[in-house]
Amino acid sequence: MDAFLNQVFAGLATGGIYASVALALVMIYQATHLVNFAQGEIAMFSTYIAWTLIEAGMPYWGAFFLTVAIAFTLGVLIERIIVRPVEQAPVLSVVVVFIGLLVIFNSLAGWIYTYTIKVFPSPFPKEPVHVGTHFFSAHELGAVGVTLVVLALLYAFFRYTPLGLAMRAAAQNPESGRLVGIRVGWMLALGWGLAAAIGAIAGMMVAPTVYLDPNMMAGILLYAFAAALVGGIDSPGGAVLGGFIVGVLENLLGAYVIGNELKLSVALVLIIGVLVVRPSGLFGKIHVTRV
Amino acid sequence: MATLLEVSNLHAAYGPTRVLHGIDFVLEDGSITALLGANGAGKTTTLRALCAMVQTSGEIRFGGARIDGRATEDIVRLGIAHVPDGRGTFVNLSTEENLRLGAYVRKDKRAVEQDFERIYAYFPRLKERRHQQAGTLSGGEQQMLAVSRALMLRPRLLLLDEPSFGLAPLLVREIFDIMRAINQSEKVSILLVEQNAAMALDLADRAYLIETGRVVLSGSADEIKQNDAVRRSYLGY
Repeated sequence: MDAFLNQVFAGLATGGIYASVALALVMIYQATHLVNFAQGEIAMFSTYIAWTLIEAGMPYWGAFFLTVAIAFTLGVLIERIIVRPVEQAPVLSVVVVFIGLLVIFNSLAGWIYTYTIKVFPSPFPKEPVHVGTHFFSAHELGAVGVTLVVLALLYAFFRYTPLGLAMRAAAQNPESGRLVGIRVGWMLALGWGLAAAIGAIAGMMVAPTVYLDPNMMAGILLYAFAAALVGGIDSPGGAVLGGFIVGVLENLLGAYVIGNELKLSVALVLIIGVLVVRPSGLFGKIHVTRV
Repeated sequence: MATLLEVSNLHAAYGPTRVLHGIDFVLEDGSITALLGANGAGKTTTLRALCAMVQTSGEIRFGGARIDGRATEDIVRLGIAHVPDGRGTFVNLSTEENLRLGAYVRKDKRAVEQDFERIYAYFPRLKERRHQQAGTLSGGEQQMLAVSRALMLRPRLLLLDEPSFGLAPLLVREIFDIMRAINQSEKVSILLVEQNAAMALDLADRAYLIETGRVVLSGSADEIKQNDAVRRSYLGY
């Protein structure tokens, strides 16, 4: 029973990471109707920035917040400089741009930092936390906590602030957005910035467990994509729930059914399964087009 | 009366397709002016041109200053509210959020809160449905919402694109009555685009008739009503 609970909890901890990255994917998807394949690599690269800052002697949380700010700026710049010019281009061109970004960030990280894996510190204590008769890893508890705080802040931002409302409006109906005076282009850039910032936090939370290397986020992006699909690619709440579901499912199946080596196939099976059985996911909207 | 809006030699095109071929009209401050014409004459395009939603050439002056060439978002900030063709509802947001967006560029936050009550007094149905997703409102309610969203800007000029489209005649009358009330009590000038010429001429002070991208007739609403050609082609008697 103890082992089972620990597996579930570890699943929730990684699930939180998937939930964050899935949410970042959904945010870009809602605005552009495209999946940003470079999302994971931007997160990975941001984590390297954090690593550099920490190595340079900066305290962990200082590096953490500075990295979030840098990632946000990076996201905004990518939208303004690289994505904006292809806004009106055919879908395939934009997808190629996203894949190009993926390769660029991956190679850039390898070039600057080499492909040797690095240890990334956790801000949480090494000793396990004692809850009742159970022991939980402090880092996993902390990562879940950070994820929940990020999600709550995002929810409050989109739900209760004028800027959050404007961003939702711009993503939904850009033309009407302009007619009420929203600077739609900047809302898109802001969305990219937020997505990159969320990704950076996810990267910093997962790096202590999986170690830091340029391919760190490749598997995670797959799980996050599966999570977003399970929840419904256009539903932020669904993406978060999907993240936790995928995290727990992956861990339990890995521990008890198919073994750790085949874990990643869970994500692939989920992706194909959802697309075949229920393409709109748990909470997504079913799109009907009149012809 | 002072001129609020002055349009001269306005051309507009969607890509290679030219739709307006040099339109001229003026709108007096405080008036209701109607643009009439058949389907495809260029009425909607004229409104879209005023808000920089199509490529244009020619001159558009609002309150004496040129606004052609400025971005849609900036034109809104001058006090021009546009109720677009198809209503432009934010369907996944609540009624109240839709209204709040209408006041997005306003800085007087306290007055905005009061304006919610002002709007709900005109359209009590919207108050009942304020927490409902706007996409689930009926067509008439969405039209009320579109007009209300525009009014939340506290505009100097309201551009209305086919407010009667797809609505029951009784509802159209209600909306037109409210438009008249808003025009008179709040001094909002209105530029109205309508296919329903009879109703538009009852409401408007002046009217322009547009055919294939050109103004072919203009005058006071009464003069236009008396015009034989208009009577035969647009009023049907």
